[in-house]
Amino acid sequence: MSDWSRAASARRADGLTVPAETASGNRGLQIEEPLIFEQDSPGHCGVDLPEPAPFRSRLGGLDRQGEIGLPGLSEPQIVRHFTRLSQKNYAIDSGLYPLGSCTMKHNPRLNEKLARLPGLADIHPLQPVSTVPGAFELIDTLAHWLKTLTGMPAIALSPAAGAHGELCGIMSIRAALEARGDRRSRVLVPESAHGTNPATAAACGYTVDPIPADASGRVDRAALEAKLGPDVAALMLTNPNTCGLFEREIVEIAAAVHQAGTFFYCDGANFNAIVGRVRPADLGIDCMHLNLHKTFSTPHGGGGPGSGPVALAASLAPYAPLPWLVHGPEGLELIEHKAGPTADSLGRLKGYHGQMGMFVRALAYMMSHGSDGLRQVAEDAVLNANYLRARLADDLSLPFPGPCMHEVLFDDRFLKDTGITTLDFAKALIDEGYHPMTMYFPLIVHGAMLIEPTETESKASLDQFIAVVKALAAAARTGDAARFQAAPALTPRCRLDETTAARKPVLRWRPELAQREAAE
Amino acid sequence: MRYLPLTASDRAEMLAAVGVASIEDVFADVPEAARLSGPVDLPRAMGEIEVERLVSRMAARNVSAGSVPFFIGAGVYRHHIPAAVDHLIQRGEFLTSYTPYQPEVSQGTLQYLFEFQTQVALLTGMEVANASLYDGATSCAEAVMMANRVTSRKKAVLSGGLHPHYREVCETYGRFVGFELSAHDPVPGGEDFADGVDRGTSCVVVQNPDFYGEVRDYSDLAQVCHAAGALLVIVVTEALSLAAIRPPGDMGADIVAAEGQSFGNALNFGGPHVGLFATRDKYVRQMPGRLVGQTIDAAGRRGWVLTLSTREQHIRRERATSNICTNSGLCALASTIHLALLGEAGLTRLARLNHAAAVSLAERLEQLPGVRLLNRTFFNEFTVRLPRPAAEIVEALASRGVLAGVPASRLYPDRPQLADLLLIAATEMTTDEDIDRLEEGLREALA
Repeated sequence: MSDWSRAASARRADGLTVPAETASGNRGLQIEEPLIFEQDSPGHCGVDLPEPAPFRSRLGGLDRQGEIGLPGLSEPQIVRHFTRLSQKNYAIDSGLYPLGSCTMKHNPRLNEKLARLPGLADIHPLQPVSTVPGAFELIDTLAHWLKTLTGMPAIALSPAAGAHGELCGIMSIRAALEARGDRRSRVLVPESAHGTNPATAAACGYTVDPIPADASGRVDRAALEAKLGPDVAALMLTNPNTCGLFEREIVEIAAAVHQAGTFFYCDGANFNAIVGRVRPADLGIDCMHLNLHKTFSTPHGGGGPGSGPVALAASLAPYAPLPWLVHGPEGLELIEHKAGPTADSLGRLKGYHGQMGMFVRALAYMMSHGSDGLRQVAEDAVLNANYLRARLADDLSLPFPGPCMHEVLFDDRFLKDTGITTLDFAKALIDEGYHPMTMYFPLIVHGAMLIEPTETESKASLDQFIAVVKALAAAARTGDAARFQAAPALTPRCRLDETTAARKPVLRWRPELAQREAAE
Repeated sequence: MRYLPLTASDRAEMLAAVGVASIEDVFADVPEAARLSGPVDLPRAMGEIEVERLVSRMAARNVSAGSVPFFIGAGVYRHHIPAAVDHLIQRGEFLTSYTPYQPEVSQGTLQYLFEFQTQVALLTGMEVANASLYDGATSCAEAVMMANRVTSRKKAVLSGGLHPHYREVCETYGRFVGFELSAHDPVPGGEDFADGVDRGTSCVVVQNPDFYGEVRDYSDLAQVCHAAGALLVIVVTEALSLAAIRPPGDMGADIVAAEGQSFGNALNFGGPHVGLFATRDKYVRQMPGRLVGQTIDAAGRRGWVLTLSTREQHIRRERATSNICTNSGLCALASTIHLALLGEAGLTRLARLNHAAAVSLAERLEQLPGVRLLNRTFFNEFTVRLPRPAAEIVEALASRGVLAGVPASRLYPDRPQLADLLLIAATEMTTDEDIDRLEEGLREALA
């Protein structure tokens, strides 16, 4: 505990005296919370279970010896612990979450309710298929919606996340190439792509060949076409791209790609901009993953779980991963093994049938919006981003002219000579009650700030955010660098030492470590 | 539409601020031919009542585990989830937050992930664990790829006792990522690894308890692996067993890949679940997935950050250790809370309850004519040989309202020698009456 009695208090402009430090270390509603391991009351338990009647062990003498080391706490302590932890998080529920390329939109609670129906949550993936017709009906309905929205004939539902969907897509492409006896070695990836794109292509054994952007922030078509050739397996393009711009020449690009015998993979992370308005199949795309946790509002949950279905053109559909759900003579049929129609399947990518809990949420979301509402989603998402772009154009700096799609990209030219970086500027947003925008991504723009408001922000919410960003930009211009460099100052923790964290990793609690810290 | 806050007048004002006449103008970059002029051919918007009615109808067509005597496991287990778990994970600050890249506004997520990593390390008996992967099967494939990196070798040996989905996922990754696998026959019983492990082997992957439920000691195998410069990967598909059985770390495992669904997560028809991944300190920089580390802030206060991210795709791009970005954060939170509620005393008691239920069930079924228990040892799941194909018996029992277990043929349809095998699991949810119903059903079906 700090020596709070001697610490100076500050008198605020309004005359109120604010303690510089508190006895507890708490600051009002910001409450310090130790680790559960530091609250151990040995023998205590938050779950009342009976002790089993005596029985003859069948563990073969391989019983675990000694203590595991887990702490004992009661239910009220646990509820308080995790409630306090939750209060240290920013969330969509509490405010605008302008992370570009992440599509942090409202997560409807109906979806949570439905995902918890016993008939959907309390069913086992290996119970007899005759006992789960409703589960297959739901999956088939979801597939129908996604196929209709993408215009693609097939959808692979098992990938667990966007990056997993990318693996699925690139593996499908490689399987299709191998099936025609075509071994290709390169995958073209724009420099503005998400890091998962090159990582995926490399994981599947391809050399990643970067493509530069042109002056308008779009892929340089001439450079791209110059790189096409008989050894190029795929082009991985994000559309709208990570600069928030629609690839205007995408149809021509698709034609050139196909001309070279190359497959066209689209990273669908930004599908929210065009859902219900543009079908990827009409753009010439062969394969595209959809992040259900972005466009279709399944919660991000602090980093997961996600779900990354992959829409496939007819040329790639035979290679889709297991399991398959097909319409047979007797209705829906689950095929879990390679045989007959699935003989060419690339195999299994995940245990069981995919992220069912996410399927329920995404379907409920789509049904709620309907075909008309989804179209409105894209329109409002794009309108909100353009509104921010127009209102902030004179305060920040835009690297590319013209309207944007669902997200707007700024660079750091407006911070030139201020001593303030993109990071400082973003961290100052935290003190104003906002989560930072995506920073330093895409890599093709200096000091990038990528803002995606999504369609679930009201105009009032956008106006408030605009006012804050304008005020910060003005403060930056007047040279108040110290404030930015120290930001955030009003959070439970200010900037953290990431260098030491990486240099001397402490990745778990240990009793001896805790004792050493206490002694210091 | 209830999820869209903009009003018609907002839209008009905003279009004016943007300086365009209509929304079509902001879509001007989209090729004209690709622009849909109206809604696609799908149902129009629905209210909460209608959506709830439609989805509930689908749900009602399924037989839920809680409504019948239920004995299915094979990598996904029905355990009780304390009410506090689901309440807490639905707090919006957990549910609706992003990956904690901005530590100052994500200390809640970072701290529970640090607690989760500690719990997983303790349970597995390993030194370090990551912040979760998608599921057990993909964790297993990531373990093989990590072993390949650590050893600079490209051949893994897979036990026949490995869950078939785990093996199949490894095979898929092996084919496309480019590594060799030699998989043992999936028959119950012991295996001899001595001949298969050589200087080209990156790792041996075994499961404990194995797919058929047998509990094994892999300490000797660890020595065989290490003598050949290979790693031992131990897979655990029922994480609760870690509380009862000598943990992989004690047996000499180098990597543990496990499914953590049993802690706080519902069956969910197979997903989302939560992949656990643990290893030795010396291999930490070769690990896949996110890691949370302890540090201090500028004022010297303890805090947490995502760390060692130079392994990851968003920094390293094509040179990353894995392409993984999303993990299973919220499922990991459910596991953390469930384990915190149980604590040492509750967890070990829960494990005893599971083992006791399975022992009681096995003792009853062993008495049935025609039923033969194949296991010498087991935790909460075992395999019996029936006098007829198990799939038929399971269907017959399902029609009597009993979900009896998983016929091995569901996972191995082309192995006739496994057709009569049935995997049966019991947990703390299994009642004496459930056991009576299964016994009675089996007796009738086999008569």
